[in-house]
Amino acid sequence: MIVRISGEGQYELPDTDSERLNELDNRAVNAAEQGDETGFRELWSQMLELVITDGTELSGEELVESDVILPPRDISFAEARGEFTGEGLIPD
Amino acid sequence: MAGLGGRMSTVIKAKISRLLDKSEDPGETLDYGYQKQLELLQNVKKGIADVVTSKKRLQMQSQKLEQQVVKLDTQARQALSQGRDDLARAALERKTLAQTELQSLDAQVAELEQQQEKLTENERKLRQKIEAFRTKKEVIKAQYSAAEAQVKIGEAASGVGEEMADLGLAMQRAEDKTEQMRARAGAVEELEAAGTFNDITEIGPPQDDIDRELAQLGAGTQVDDELAKMKAEVGSGEGGASKKSLEEGGA
Repeated sequence: MIVRISGEGQYELPDTDSERLNELDNRAVNAAEQGDETGFRELWSQMLELVITDGTELSGEELVESDVILPPRDISFAEARGEFTGEGLIPD
Repeated sequence: MAGLGGRMSTVIKAKISRLLDKSEDPGETLDYGYQKQLELLQNVKKGIADVVTSKKRLQMQSQKLEQQVVKLDTQARQALSQGRDDLARAALERKTLAQTELQSLDAQVAELEQQQEKLTENERKLRQKIEAFRTKKEVIKAQYSAAEAQVKIGEAASGVGEEMADLGLAMQRAEDKTEQMRARAGAVEELEAAGTFNDITEIGPPQDDIDRELAQLGAGTQVDDELAKMKAEVGSGEGGASKKSLEEGGA
């Protein structure tokens, strides 16, 4: 499974991580929806850790599509709320 | 595997594929994407330059305030030596206000400085990525320019296309952040330009400003203390060196 961290690069992760990553992803969005910043931060750092610990960074030479694309590492809570919960002021 | 991502991933992937949908000729798309990135990078650079300019103006304002603090202190001493306690008090009150203003201004400058460093670092990283992208796109174009490789170029381009689109998103974000910073720096500058302290050394009653009056209330004891201290100093040096220095100060 190829995971991209937006604005950063791609990582190859074992497919077995897929379920865990998706679960964290959805829980993080739930936290954002409920305005739970601490919860969101915690889940988001768990996601990053999973990708970075379990994954191998792809060299820039490879040209592959990602299975999963995560937001930029330094995403703010306000950005996450706006982007992922449908509470953003500007729909795109 | 694709499409099985969580909600965050799904949103971002949708965004990226929307950006890529427009592409027909992959080679052209890549060139266009690269040009677009360069343009965005220029905007980010320009934004940073504006923030730096704002910061410099605020720093100059801060230096002016520092000079005012010194000047007001001298004036208070002069007033005291001539037995004008009322004038000395007025000068010290203004000095306290100027000092408060100076503190807040310095905090703003420090904050701008910090933000500027972040923006600059961000710009540097993006520039590297754009350069890497340029190389990559040339490799792809060279590898797959033959007509028989149309399918392959499609596949390869989807990988590099994703990279390009992601870079585009990152650029957009950098530009937004820079724009926010520029707006903030501009707002602080305007506030300072319309500042209440510009006329602080002029004769006459201070502006009828609630904030300032409140500040004066708080500054009252400080002014009392300072006045007492200054009186003691001026009193002890009477007729000697202190008179000489006062004359110099007034020159």
